[in-house]
Amino acid sequence: MAPSTTPAPAASVFARSLDFRASLSRNRWNSFFSVLAGLFAVIAVIPLVLVLGYVLFMGGSLISARLLTELPPAPGLDGGGIGNAILGTIVVTLIASLIAIPVGVGGGIYLAEYSRSGWFAQFVRFGTNVLAGVPSIICGVFIYGLIVSTRVFFGQSYSAMAGGIALAVLMLPTVIKTTDEALKLVPQELRWGAIGIGASRFVTITRITLPAAFTPIATGVVLGIARAAGETAPLIFTALFSPFWPEGVFNPIATMSVLIFNFAIMPYEAQNALAWAASFVLVVMILGANLFARWVGRFTRA
Amino acid sequence: MPSPSLTHHNSSEFCMELENVGISYGGNEAVKGVYMQIPRGKVTAFIGPSGCGKSTVLRALNRMNDLIDGCTIKGRVIFDGQDLYAPQVDPVEVRRRIGMVFQKPNPFPKSIYENIAFGARINGYRGDMDELVERSLRKAAIWDETKDKLKESGYALSGGQQQRLCIARAIAIEPEVILMDEPCSALDPISTLKIEEMMHELKKSYTIVIVTHNMQQAVRVSDMTGFFNVTPKADGDGKVGCLEEFAETETIFNAPTQQATQDYVSGRFG
Repeated sequence: MAPSTTPAPAASVFARSLDFRASLSRNRWNSFFSVLAGLFAVIAVIPLVLVLGYVLFMGGSLISARLLTELPPAPGLDGGGIGNAILGTIVVTLIASLIAIPVGVGGGIYLAEYSRSGWFAQFVRFGTNVLAGVPSIICGVFIYGLIVSTRVFFGQSYSAMAGGIALAVLMLPTVIKTTDEALKLVPQELRWGAIGIGASRFVTITRITLPAAFTPIATGVVLGIARAAGETAPLIFTALFSPFWPEGVFNPIATMSVLIFNFAIMPYEAQNALAWAASFVLVVMILGANLFARWVGRFTRA
Repeated sequence: MPSPSLTHHNSSEFCMELENVGISYGGNEAVKGVYMQIPRGKVTAFIGPSGCGKSTVLRALNRMNDLIDGCTIKGRVIFDGQDLYAPQVDPVEVRRRIGMVFQKPNPFPKSIYENIAFGARINGYRGDMDELVERSLRKAAIWDETKDKLKESGYALSGGQQQRLCIARAIAIEPEVILMDEPCSALDPISTLKIEEMMHELKKSYTIVIVTHNMQQAVRVSDMTGFFNVTPKADGDGKVGCLEEFAETETIFNAPTQQATQDYVSGRFG
């Protein structure tokens, strides 16, 4: 008898069917929560899509070579661009990076490699978390009190340098944390391997563990830079604004975020339009930095 | 157990000597009272049940225990007439003379060539690097498999090949002693066999100390065997490892003097 013709009669009568039944309450709840979670996921990305779409709609039409290369017009006049603000944002962010990356990576190395669980490391980690939660406007006021109002840099008050330092304070926790976490993910065996054949601690860190953790560190640093580049509050108090091209790092400097802040509330249409255009350029720059961070991750993993 | 009086010896015969070594993690004593004389140019195996402190003792031989927080050592570890734990000793220098291979293959995330060259470079090797890389890979019996892909990542190799690469990496620093902590426990029998054959070659130029859970492996590769055991602490609180018996491998496996050794090597442990 072929095995497939008839199942044993007892089994066909008494065994419970294995078929999927949508009417069961567990299956109904299952479907309900799947749909609900999906719905919330969609809601979560709606702001991003709307912001990008709205900024593109309002500012995208103004994009031209003039916008990127010319100075903003005097109040009441038309035309012009935001060239000085783009350059200023790059300058201020660069200053911030030059301060925050060495200090942050160095601090992260100390936490992860030299003192994993000492009281001082715990204290620094806690302090870093607190610093990450400090509102950016407090950073601005702090640098204002420390540098701007005291005129420590050649008697200058507002300056690109002060703005860069304020942004560095904001970037620092991100850089320290990503370095610390990235180094902690490096397998302990790799360190033992290097130390077990007579590498000093310095060589082990610079030649083995730092390169192994390069990708997450670079990603974190780029994201930290992107985050700082869009900050407004700390720059209002420190870098101020300038309608002219940057005149060195110890003078006030225009930045995109402050330009948006200033121009958006002006009663002139040309300035309002430039604020939208600047918003668009800033969003594209930050988007670009995020994509670059992802690319760095993929590029170095290969 | 060798008595302390045996420490008056011909210095060329013994490579390392342990005198009343005890190691603690935090306040917790892991192993105590180890006396041992590791002969030069031979393979010495440490066997024993889990938790008996054999890996701990092995790591004490090139100060890898320094990396573990709260690990302290008592007694003396003599290497070439110097106490490794004397205050003026530089642990980095110790590890250059006494290299280590670990349980899990841990090649660096670099090319095969760079994996070998790394150790030599940091040791200030000035000679022909290509020649050194080839020599090291040949000694570790992996040259034929890697000579056409020296620029490829060490991760592209199989587990057994990675472990031999790590051994080649240890050889490249030209140490006097190579410590191996269960080097074959993550490998298949074929790779294990290759590493064992290689060890027979290596002991002509190096002193090898190997920790193994595999008693057949100890029989196959080693000249001397130390059997570590766990014994209840004197105060009855927890257990501590100790060196039960240390003798020629043949003696340990055929005519041990201790009943515990006899029970362990014949599989009647516990």
